[in-house]
Amino acid sequence: MGYLTRAAALGLGVAMLAGYAGTALAQKDGGVLKFYHRGTPPSGSIHEEATNSTVSPYMGVFNNLVMYRQDVAKNSLDTIVPDLAESWSWNGDGTELTFKLRQGVEWHDGKPFTSADVKCTWELVLGKSKAKLRKNPRKAWYKNLEEITTNGDHEATFHLKRRQPAFIALLASGYSPVYPCHVPPKKMRTNPIGTGPFKFVSLKQNEHVKFTKNDNYWKEGKPHLDGHEWTIIKSRATRVLAFIAGEFDMTFNVDVTVPLLKDVRSQAPHAVCELVTTNVSYNLIVNQDNPPFDNADIRKAMVFAIDRQAFIDILADGEAVAGGAMMPPPSGVWGMPPEVLEKVAGYGPDIEANRAEGRKIMEGLGYGPDKPLEVKVSTRNIAVYRDAAVILIDHLKHIHIAAELDTVETSNWHAKVARKDYMVGLNLTGSGVDDPDSNFYENYSCGSQRNYTGYCKEEMEALFEKQSMMTDQEERRKLVWEIDKKLQEDAARPMIMHSKGANCWQPYVKGFVTHVNSLYNNWRLEDVWLDK
Amino acid sequence: MSAYIVKRFLLMILTLIGMSIIIFVLLRLMPGNIADIMFDSAGFVDPEEKANIERELGLDQPIPVQYYEWIRGLIVWDLGFSYVSEMPVVDELQPRIPITAKLAALSLFFSVLFGLPLGVISAVRQNSAMDYILRCISLSGLSLPSFWLALLILMAFVQYAGTIPIYTDPPDNLWDELLLYSIPAAAVGFRSSALIMRLTRSSMLEVMRQDYIRTARSKGATDNSVNYHHALKNAVLPVTTIIGIEAAFLIGGLIITETVFNIPGVAHFLVEAILMRDYPIVQNLVMLIALVTVLINFLVDMLYAVLDPRIKYAD
Repeated sequence: MGYLTRAAALGLGVAMLAGYAGTALAQKDGGVLKFYHRGTPPSGSIHEEATNSTVSPYMGVFNNLVMYRQDVAKNSLDTIVPDLAESWSWNGDGTELTFKLRQGVEWHDGKPFTSADVKCTWELVLGKSKAKLRKNPRKAWYKNLEEITTNGDHEATFHLKRRQPAFIALLASGYSPVYPCHVPPKKMRTNPIGTGPFKFVSLKQNEHVKFTKNDNYWKEGKPHLDGHEWTIIKSRATRVLAFIAGEFDMTFNVDVTVPLLKDVRSQAPHAVCELVTTNVSYNLIVNQDNPPFDNADIRKAMVFAIDRQAFIDILADGEAVAGGAMMPPPSGVWGMPPEVLEKVAGYGPDIEANRAEGRKIMEGLGYGPDKPLEVKVSTRNIAVYRDAAVILIDHLKHIHIAAELDTVETSNWHAKVARKDYMVGLNLTGSGVDDPDSNFYENYSCGSQRNYTGYCKEEMEALFEKQSMMTDQEERRKLVWEIDKKLQEDAARPMIMHSKGANCWQPYVKGFVTHVNSLYNNWRLEDVWLDK
Repeated sequence: MSAYIVKRFLLMILTLIGMSIIIFVLLRLMPGNIADIMFDSAGFVDPEEKANIERELGLDQPIPVQYYEWIRGLIVWDLGFSYVSEMPVVDELQPRIPITAKLAALSLFFSVLFGLPLGVISAVRQNSAMDYILRCISLSGLSLPSFWLALLILMAFVQYAGTIPIYTDPPDNLWDELLLYSIPAAAVGFRSSALIMRLTRSSMLEVMRQDYIRTARSKGATDNSVNYHHALKNAVLPVTTIIGIEAAFLIGGLIITETVFNIPGVAHFLVEAILMRDYPIVQNLVMLIALVTVLINFLVDMLYAVLDPRIKYAD
């Protein structure tokens, strides 16, 4: 290293240290952070839910074994840091992941945290324990987990059926908290107990969720806040107006849509707003079990009809991004870059040429302007779904598909999808972790409950396994692109776009970093403070 | 009179039994149940886990058994548990009922306070500029959707006062409470006051053409005496009916108002419970609303006799 380089590095180091010390010194303790929430969380049990309505407010109640750094916006294997685990190590063949656990950590009710709690938590998720979760949405994540063993009170080992280097990424998600053995699942839904920086105080339906500081938190000097409170406001107009009026310190997790962001910025110019990709995609679920979409050619033709840029421009003022199953770069770690993406069938920039291709397929099957294929596009009766479905219906006309909108009361949506009582569904899918293991196993793997269309191919299963076992992440990325390309060309779940949403906060809220490739991992709130 | 009251009372019980059956059946005719909805937040439906939840909540029982269990619970004041919060229904409803009751009472108060005198003024000054202005206002009250009006009020507050009059924390004292509820009450009461005003006006105009009004004037009674003592007392009878009906209808207006002003009352809670198929909450709450409605109708009928001595209920 040359002198100049060393000097620059030293200077940078001093500057960073000074910056860090300055920030650390400036941090103020106290105050209650006030959020609005879009609706009553379905429960306080993170393991039973698949919604940021639960994860965002409740993540601070818990700790994970490991977690994504809260101050780094982009989650990756490199940003995983210890939490309840002091350290971790893999055995030689990568099938055993051992965690050394912190000592002296207590649950909010004063009982000690031990390795038995780790074992209990994942046995609960695997469905192996006596106590049962009412719902278990992430069972598919742990398909490769054989068992958990303990060695004394402060060591736990996860035994995998095969090598899976990204297994730790799943454990770092906000969806993977450690639960106490001694608290039954029912109580975790209504009165959760954790080891985290905040204790649950109360939940009143349609009113509020409140959390208070855990004075015995094992991380010294944290949290800075005395608590955080979430006032439930169902009307989006009211809650955004309330934020503008200064009634709240922060908006709900990416609740501010692109059009609303303009209002917030003009009416509350002092507010800090970050527009980010959310790892929530708009996609199509196509019922492959029944005619006409049991015909793979029709599914392929449909992919050629979609003008993704039109969706992006209309629904998100040009701010959303096109991509495949994996979230595209720069925010996403694993998605296909534009030069790869445009080579995927149906993603070419010449929309008219794509549609001509689609029409050719349809005409080959006997459809035409005088004999269109009549289908129903089902979706939840919520604006974000409905609007996209209407655009899709327009696009389908270009390839001789005459579609009709079928709006479904939102509470009946999953039941309808599970019954396969639809032809084409417009759907939104959120990924908890930006890693192919969670996305592929959850949404595309045989037998997964969240694989709505039942897409199941032996060849693809083998590829899922192959990428999952790879240790060289660059090689893995190339294989993931190949898999993603195949998924799109198979019309397994045709992708429309990856959405964006904004978080806004008052300028005195400090220490919060919005993550750019997951909604679910940055809500511990232990570093957040109020500069009041 | 007492025989009439007993007859009405028995009719009330019959009505309530009929209502209970209708509520119960309608709820179960709606597609989906709480188990489906619970899985919505998990993003999938697992048939086995769903069946477990249905068993746990007693939804696997035959409908008549479920109905019997509910009625038995009602009789012994065991209203069950909310499917959503897993809290006792009583604990969920108890704090919310007074909020909606206060809001409804305040709305009704505003409606009568403005609707009745303005209706009289409009009638006695028929075809004057004042009459036209009041009629325009009343027409706008009937035409403007209350959610739109409520949002306009909120936007105006944020724009011009830099604050927003919504419920975020329970008010500290009676004055704060009055302030907090008065704006939503005015928003929802605007429609009712417009209705009352129009009805009072037409009723007054009809009464003022009666012979006894002319007689009163010819006897030298003052305008005020004629208008408010002779005319209004007779004109107010149909208005009383409307006030009674409006009291029951207010719950509909309050659903929107509670949502927009974020007031944690039962009206908004009821809609949420219906969407969540939270049967114990919906069944018991709708029964309570039915009971209140039936009681108000009964009281209005009794009030007729007080307001108009010519009305006598035969034994």
